[in-house]
Amino acid sequence: MNFEWLGEYGRMMALGVMTTLQLLLIAGTLGFALAVLVGFGRLSRQPFIAWLSLSFTNLIRGTPLLVQIYVMYYGLGSLFVSFPLLRDSWLWPYLREGFWYVALALMLSVAGYVGEVIKGGLRGVPKGELEAARALGMPRLLMIRRIWLPRAIFILLPTLAGESVMLLKSTALASTVAVMDALGVANLIRNQTFLTYEPLLVMALIYLLLAMLIERLFKRLEMRLPVRNAF
Amino acid sequence: MEWLTKAFDAVVLDWGSALLQGALVTLQISLGAFSVGLFIGLLVAMIKMTRHGLLLRLANAYTTVCRAVPELLLILLLYYAGGDLINWVLAQLDQGPAPINGFMAAVVVLGIVQGAYAAEIIRGAVQSIPTGHLEAARAFGCPRRMIVQRIVLPEMLPYALGGLSNLWLILIKDSALISVVGYNELLFTTKQAAGSTREYLLFYLAVAAVYLLITLLSNLLFSRFDRRISRWMPAH
Repeated sequence: MNFEWLGEYGRMMALGVMTTLQLLLIAGTLGFALAVLVGFGRLSRQPFIAWLSLSFTNLIRGTPLLVQIYVMYYGLGSLFVSFPLLRDSWLWPYLREGFWYVALALMLSVAGYVGEVIKGGLRGVPKGELEAARALGMPRLLMIRRIWLPRAIFILLPTLAGESVMLLKSTALASTVAVMDALGVANLIRNQTFLTYEPLLVMALIYLLLAMLIERLFKRLEMRLPVRNAF
Repeated sequence: MEWLTKAFDAVVLDWGSALLQGALVTLQISLGAFSVGLFIGLLVAMIKMTRHGLLLRLANAYTTVCRAVPELLLILLLYYAGGDLINWVLAQLDQGPAPINGFMAAVVVLGIVQGAYAAEIIRGAVQSIPTGHLEAARAFGCPRRMIVQRIVLPEMLPYALGGLSNLWLILIKDSALISVVGYNELLFTTKQAAGSTREYLLFYLAVAAVYLLITLLSNLLFSRFDRRISRWMPAH
């Protein structure tokens, strides 16, 4: 085992981890927002909306994320190339980068998987609490914002911690479309130093630490709940 | 309409048999890895339930690492390490290096990753067997082996099936990662097709449909199987 390269490539590794964290944050927050919509959509009484959200989750959960990333990056990417108008516009430098395609694919993936989780949480909120809010004359949107959604999220915190770790692991797929995330940097170091395992092992350790950090953050959030719930 | 016939020609006529072949390889890899994962899972679950000092610590380290490190990284690591390990063993035995069998490597690597999740599912299922059943068997003087064979394993299955079917679906999708190390399964074949025809969107959408078909069919089979083995279970 040889770890002399650590000093030389330290900066590059830090940048890679930063890229991974950026993907995590962007896909996590936007994906979560979309997941809430999907979750409510699954419970909708309008058949079309319910059908649409169900098809979306089936589509996302039924195909490999790697294929979704390829559809975005190679598929949409090759489509964009054929529009000269786009090629000349200020958007082009962004459209060429793998980063935003991966971010989009990850965001949709989060929406699919977490949407289903949120649906479960929304169902798990005791009916009486919603009825009480309605009896007090609370408008529907306010009830959703103040009672239904927060209660569901409290119930789901442990599950959401698991989903966040899953997302962290999924970001590693960015390296397959030449994004220099943590794994991408590890692969680059492997090519330049001709070391097979060491860079991968170091990055595995970093992923392990990040996963623990996420678990810790969620534990803290759980402890800070205003109400210790009854179950 | 013209686009549709062109797409049909490219996907079905020109590349249909290659894609079908790839789909079969994907299914074979997944079935093999599922068996390996179940075997490792049973073993690790048993270790975790018997609470054997050092073994327990090793089992915990294995499940923690497999659940926190990206599958792609594990696959890269195990794929290269496994080959080197085999060649190292061969070198110790004064044998020349052996070419790695990509298929076996894929099966073992995915099986190792699956084993960590399978262990938790099996442990949970065994623990949901009512203790009374085991006590009754023991009261009748059943030998340990028989209790495991006739009561623990069959009774565990309905509790574990939900988790195991999820695991199977995850496996089908994870098998696509094998294309990154260059083994010729469904996604790798598709990459070649897309590259040589330059119809990227078409082929990746087509392969997404194939994966979707496999998962939907799996769901159907699993729910049938579930109905069959949980006939005798009390209604919830």
